[in-house]
Amino acid sequence: MNLLVAQAQQIEAPEIDYGAIAPVLIVLGAACISVLLEALLPKHQRWAVQLVLSLLTLVGATGALILYATSERRPAQGVATLAGAIAVDSPSLFLWATLLVLAFGSVLLIADRSVEPGGVFVAQAAIRPGTVQDRAQATKTGMQTEVFPLTLFALGGMMTFVASNDLLTMFIALEVLSLPLYLLCGLARRRRLLSQEAAVKYFLLGAFASAFFLYGVALLYGYAGSVKLSSIAAAAAGTDRSDTLLFAGFGLLVVGLLFKAAVGPFHAWTPDVYQGAPTPVTAFMAACTKVAAFGGILRVLTVAFENTQWEWRGVLYGVAVVSMVIGAVLGLTQTDVKRMIAYSSVAHAGFLLIGSIALVPNGTGVSATMFYLLAYGFTTIAAFGIVSLVRNSDGEATHLSQWAGLAKRSPIVAGVFTFLLLALAGIPLTSGFIGKFVVFSAAIEAGLTPLVVIALVASAVAAFFYLRVIVLMYFSDPAPDGPTVSVPGAFTTIAITLGAVVTLVLGLWPTFVLDWAGTGTFLS
Amino acid sequence: MTPTYYLLLSALLFSIGAVGVLVRRNAIVVFMCVELMLNAVNLSLVTFARINGSLDGQVMAFFVMVVAAAEVVVGLAIIMSIFRTRRSASVDDSNLLKY
Repeated sequence: MNLLVAQAQQIEAPEIDYGAIAPVLIVLGAACISVLLEALLPKHQRWAVQLVLSLLTLVGATGALILYATSERRPAQGVATLAGAIAVDSPSLFLWATLLVLAFGSVLLIADRSVEPGGVFVAQAAIRPGTVQDRAQATKTGMQTEVFPLTLFALGGMMTFVASNDLLTMFIALEVLSLPLYLLCGLARRRRLLSQEAAVKYFLLGAFASAFFLYGVALLYGYAGSVKLSSIAAAAAGTDRSDTLLFAGFGLLVVGLLFKAAVGPFHAWTPDVYQGAPTPVTAFMAACTKVAAFGGILRVLTVAFENTQWEWRGVLYGVAVVSMVIGAVLGLTQTDVKRMIAYSSVAHAGFLLIGSIALVPNGTGVSATMFYLLAYGFTTIAAFGIVSLVRNSDGEATHLSQWAGLAKRSPIVAGVFTFLLLALAGIPLTSGFIGKFVVFSAAIEAGLTPLVVIALVASAVAAFFYLRVIVLMYFSDPAPDGPTVSVPGAFTTIAITLGAVVTLVLGLWPTFVLDWAGTGTFLS
Repeated sequence: MTPTYYLLLSALLFSIGAVGVLVRRNAIVVFMCVELMLNAVNLSLVTFARINGSLDGQVMAFFVMVVAAAEVVVGLAIIMSIFRTRRSASVDDSNLLKY
């Protein structure tokens, strides 16, 4: 009781730097408004209003971010606000900008109603699949517009996640980003059984992984007496405390993070969820969740555990190898294009992990990984945009055999998809090549040369299954009952163009983004 | 009574939860095991707060409770919807997505 009273007297309101956290506040505030609109507006107005609100929010948050990033009074090394819970430093700003622009593309894909009449989301998720009402709603044009607030909440969680400076904030942000995604996965209009199954699998495994993350937080709290990343680093620097707590906590924490990032042996959910979820949601998950998860991993490893890296580096070394091998080898055997991109994302997660453990003092590992994240995000969004265009009467035609001879039906779509696959494979003149180049050079600088050799072999194996799709599209005859390529409306066109153009531009002139990614390191 | 026993109890509860997630077949029971894991963490947070002599751990336990409640809402909604479709909450029956 005395302890309680003593502490209560010390509490004073923390200072809040509203300018610095304005982008997050705008996104989360708009998400709340969006929920209210859902309750108050009549059904036929919701889609238009929600879409305008979401896009304005993203533009507004980006504007606030640019204003803050270019302002004179911003300290160069960054600022910790909200009693040190949120660190707004150069990597945070870079990752926020990446997330906002990627979310812009995803919202456009989510809102599209030209490819699938009424949108890819179900009109009423509560109606049981296979019933009379369900067949009736398949022809209705409306969709559950709750997807917009859910997307904004998930984005707000991701932005908090990459900037969180203590593990409790990180855990809350992890849940704020995950819970909306679980729901979004289950809302597909077509193939609802697959979609619901993806949601259940993602939810159960995600909750399991966040329990591990949380136990790690508790053990690290026991070790350091605080969950602040800097206090953990200070406690780990030469004390006689029990190393068991530190490394058990670190291990459990990292399992939770690697699960979210779909790395290596913790990838089991990835192919199923990527395949079952509505394609725009898959695009959002693949691009933005990857950015958020690796942003968090980078910050935790750099700020809290850099001192102890010689103890844990070997473990993550092994995880990176497993991830690349699983992604590349199992990707070879896939027959579904969405599952194939899912395994490719597991392989890419391995490459990203190489960059994350290359903790060289000048910070090239961090900036290289952030560049890779940005490049990979744009390529993936455009790739899933293309996947949503190839359709037959049953919805999307995702089986690879249906993609045979696609170039004869639609040379433009096949051409763009070829370019994106080459970027995923890391062929020069695409952003994928530059991303791999900077990550691997940072890794060699950090003395991880054997890992880079393994990564190059894995890229070569992975290139095989990308090239197989290209060969299939160009050198096979189209099946007579094959899928048609829908003519996309403005939204999907803008999203695909954005992704493809960024992939090309970063392949030709990567310097300005690389410079921007390298402007500063994490606030410690 | 040393606080270490509470840490051991918490580790035991966490392990029971983790094993339960792996071996149980009903989605609701799997989910309850996850909740057991979260509550085991709460116990260790409170114990560590006692050992460290700070209140942070107890405050964190409140945050965890709120998150667990939010997770229940989302989780039961998802499990309900798949139960209504399939008339079963068994995680073995959901096997359309594979290979």
